[in-house]
Amino acid sequence: MQRIGVFVCWCGSNIAGTVDVKAVAEALKFEPGVVHSTDYQYMCSQAGQNLIKDAIKEHNLTGIVVCSCSPRMHEATFRKTAQSAGINPYMVEIANIREQCSWVHKDMAIGTEKAIILGKAAVAKVNLNAPLTPGESPVTKRALVIGGGIAGIQTALDIADAGFEVDIVEKKPTIGGKMAQLDKTFPTLDCAACILTPKMVDVAQHEKIRIFSYSEVESVKGFVGNFNVTIKKHARYVKEDLCTGCGACVEKCPQKKVANEFNLNMDNRHAIYIPFAQAVPKVATIDPSACTMLKTGKCGVCSKICAAGAIDYTQKDEYIEEKYGAIVVATGFNPISLEKFDEYAYSQSKDVITSLEFERLTNAAGPTAGKLLRPSDGKHPHKIVFVQCVGSRCSAGAEKGKEYCSKICCMYTAKHAMLVRDKYPDTEVYVFYIDVRTPGKNFDEFYRRAVEEYGVHYIKGMVGKVTPEGEVLKVQGSDLINNKQINIDADLVVLAAAIEPDKSARPLATKLTASMDTNDFFTEAHPKLRPVESPTAGVFLSGACQGPKDIPETVSQAGAAAAKVIGLLAKDKLLGNPCVARSNELLCNGCSNCEKVCPYGAITYIDKDFRMPDRTTRTRRIAQVNPAVCQGCGACTVTCPSGAMDLNGFTNGQIMAEVDAICK
Amino acid sequence: MQKITTDALVQKAVELLNNNTVSYVLGWKKGEFDYDITPYVFKDEKTLKEEFIYSDFCGVNLSKYLVAKTKELAGKILVFLKPCDTYSFNQLLTEHRFNREKVYAIGIPCEGMLDIDKIKLNLEGISSIVETKEGVKVNTLDDKTIELEKQAILLEKCKNCKSKKHYAYDELLGEEGDVLDNNRFDEVAKLESMTAEERFEFWQSQLSKCIRCNACRDACPACTCEKCVFDNPNSGIENKSPANSFEEKLFHIIRAFHVAGRCTDCGECSRACPQNIPLHLLNRKFIKDINEHYGEFQAGLEVGQRGPLVSYTTEDVEPSDVFNKGE
Amino acid sequence: MQITEHKPLIVAFCCNWCSYAGADLAGNNRLNYPADVKIIRVPCSCRVNPMFVLRAFQKGADGVIICGCHPGDCHYTSGNYYARRRMAMLFSMLDYLGIERERTRVEWVSAAEGAKFSATMNDFVEKVTKLGKNKRLEDLRCKK
Repeated sequence: MQRIGVFVCWCGSNIAGTVDVKAVAEALKFEPGVVHSTDYQYMCSQAGQNLIKDAIKEHNLTGIVVCSCSPRMHEATFRKTAQSAGINPYMVEIANIREQCSWVHKDMAIGTEKAIILGKAAVAKVNLNAPLTPGESPVTKRALVIGGGIAGIQTALDIADAGFEVDIVEKKPTIGGKMAQLDKTFPTLDCAACILTPKMVDVAQHEKIRIFSYSEVESVKGFVGNFNVTIKKHARYVKEDLCTGCGACVEKCPQKKVANEFNLNMDNRHAIYIPFAQAVPKVATIDPSACTMLKTGKCGVCSKICAAGAIDYTQKDEYIEEKYGAIVVATGFNPISLEKFDEYAYSQSKDVITSLEFERLTNAAGPTAGKLLRPSDGKHPHKIVFVQCVGSRCSAGAEKGKEYCSKICCMYTAKHAMLVRDKYPDTEVYVFYIDVRTPGKNFDEFYRRAVEEYGVHYIKGMVGKVTPEGEVLKVQGSDLINNKQINIDADLVVLAAAIEPDKSARPLATKLTASMDTNDFFTEAHPKLRPVESPTAGVFLSGACQGPKDIPETVSQAGAAAAKVIGLLAKDKLLGNPCVARSNELLCNGCSNCEKVCPYGAITYIDKDFRMPDRTTRTRRIAQVNPAVCQGCGACTVTCPSGAMDLNGFTNGQIMAEVDAICK
Repeated sequence: MQKITTDALVQKAVELLNNNTVSYVLGWKKGEFDYDITPYVFKDEKTLKEEFIYSDFCGVNLSKYLVAKTKELAGKILVFLKPCDTYSFNQLLTEHRFNREKVYAIGIPCEGMLDIDKIKLNLEGISSIVETKEGVKVNTLDDKTIELEKQAILLEKCKNCKSKKHYAYDELLGEEGDVLDNNRFDEVAKLESMTAEERFEFWQSQLSKCIRCNACRDACPACTCEKCVFDNPNSGIENKSPANSFEEKLFHIIRAFHVAGRCTDCGECSRACPQNIPLHLLNRKFIKDINEHYGEFQAGLEVGQRGPLVSYTTEDVEPSDVFNKGE
Repeated sequence: MQITEHKPLIVAFCCNWCSYAGADLAGNNRLNYPADVKIIRVPCSCRVNPMFVLRAFQKGADGVIICGCHPGDCHYTSGNYYARRRMAMLFSMLDYLGIERERTRVEWVSAAEGAKFSATMNDFVEKVTKLGKNKRLEDLRCKK
């Protein structure tokens, strides 16, 4: 049986003006478990707190009810008071008789009656309270960054600069991501490689950073502060530690007709390759689907030419296990596949290209060495049509495309149009758009320069059809402002394809038990207040995996994610919230329904042996809650039909006792 | 369609027992009368041949027994599943309630099971019941005979049979059937169209018959909790005799809610109820609401389905709008 | 002639992060509502078990209202979405059993909506008062 002390606060006249506090204290004296009941003018004051502390000692109290202002105001205060007097802080309950009573009711008799009932409910609850202790868990002071694009690079650098070890896992043979493929960047038009590659070098040279390129996350176990991750390192058939990146093997490789994905298949590479000159790590990789040696066992040219002896045709996939305290997801984006957008003739004509392909065509390191030439015949195009929102902002329920705005297309299209007009003033440039969206520093000025200084023709309206006819592309579009149909014979059509999360994100989310929205973007712990954290504790979000972003936004979010990771890794141990769910293994059916509603992936299942009354052993599947991950929402408790799942601090029994007290 | 015979099932069971595919056979056992049939675990050929039966009174859904039996018994168990039982079978697997490896499931056809209570309404002192083309011929102790049409004496759950198709089996005996068009929600809709007073009167008169025998719960293949909240003194709603009209309401609402989104509409609750309370109308109300508001959902269609009450969409209907439909 | 009006008993389950804070704000701004409303704090609307709702009715509550964060704003990201489905189903079932539908309600109240909290409670109490005593669910043994 509890020994409960009740302390009714006057809050000056705030409470005492509408509630007869003496009557409340008197009435609550007779509630079960109550051994002491008193009132005081300001319970939160030092004197008031001392009054509570003294009463705890004098009356050997085990539970405290404070009838006062909202628990959102002073619950923490009174918990500390109780703790300092030797009672578990979770043995304190607050009856809110100010905000939810004296301040909203005017009649003294009514206010007093309600305050007594609220007090009774709190007493009934405290009778069932149990001391709770927050769990502690250690923190592995190392972070994993998944994805080596600009988001991952920035996050890794920021964390490493704070003195923590960071591993980057990148599925491609080099880090750099999409930004490495870009030509110039808006709105300043500085070259992407010039600002990205020094950062890539920084990563490579940083003593706290390890790069696992050509690797993927195979499995993730554990929880915040204590993740166990298995990384699968694909066999690249080249010993990374020996390869100097000289490129001799690439030059001599007889298999030269492999589509070059770095240039979006617009030219070819060799079977052994280094994606681009500034690749990090600068190590060759053999493409097993193209290499004659690996396929037939007959060739071995690269092995003969390699002075470092780095070629190893027998290399196998390698699995590395590592511990991390925090995981940052930076898996980035890709343009959507345009196969469903046949009206733009993307699959029919080589001269209908995506904006990313356009980046490669104007890039000095691209397939045309930076000269803008048509992919079909290598001629210089004189009339270019840009089509915006291809697959973006599609109506809900449409068979193809995305509902959301891809955000970056308006700006890069303005950039492309401007670059073309700058380099080739004899080229006419048309841009079809739904709206031009330029919210960002110096963004609108940039777009207006494209229109006003560079004479780009912006046409409000969509393109209905592109028809290849001989050497030209017949573009039919509508001009909504002048309300007329427009026909343009274009030499090149550039489609601003919508962007979507990388395909690797969905399976990764499953491994991390991190939640995603219907578009496969990772969801935030809170859309406004915790935008770089996933609801799964210890998992953070960086860059376009969370939503479409341009480079400056990506970099700032990457930095924010790093700050959160540093904040976590700086701690020696994590103190949990003890008001978490717990599963009664004797009642658990192992049905997995609680696991399905848990937003944090805090519930796992184990097979456990139970000794039965008849002395046999029976193995049953039971749920286990990881208190370090559970946030205490209680969704699982209602899903559980047997009542095996309950929530500390808000147990079924406690809430039902409150209901009973109120309805008495 | 050729009707499957008891002999065919026994022959199959004996074959699987003798070639060591299975160690046990979960089936139906003859009782003193033709109609009092109980689920039973057969262990040998002799008992199978003497006591196994598959007749028009084998309405019992055997899926649920696998939860306990697969844990109790060491070997593999052969179970016979009627089409509607396969939904429960899958739902139990979805919820990890038994180990699929320990079960050999044989799908068997069903043409609707009979309700002995409906037959008894027509006459007393039944000595034997013989199947005929149209229904049954019932003989009594005082040598009377009457013929009854099948449709009139079907179990409540079979009147609106939703499917003759099996959704789980290792082996199928007889021909596979189809999912049927059915009007199983008509009665729910009829109740919905009444006034609140009329509905209250209806349920008050029905639920007040409840004697809290727990037969509905014990027969229900979705009610497989290790310990039911109503048996748990710490739950705050433990078993009480229905001395007052509230207890059985609480019991039936909570029970229906606990199986909502998991109930396959197998109808065992109503079949088991000795007071003939149409309990399936509670479950069907949830199923109808779920279908209307969250999209068609049939529990037990496949293993691993995510139930409607452990899912959501951001566009879900507001609770107030659920009320306002049709008004 | 004077009729003494039945004073209803209303149990309000409020989620800690939005609605309970909204109720506090109503207090801060002195936005009155009837004292018949008694609030029980829960971490999230998804913590409300149908057992609690039925228990309240059993013990004589005349109305039960569940308040949570607006859809999309849940502190726990998805709790109120589950609560929305559960309570839609439960209240539809109570309606089906003939319990007056005005006795149950789900309302989304943010921490900034003190005025909405007060208005909601005023409206709810008024509707429940009109219905009078909850005779259909109350357990008579619980009366003193």
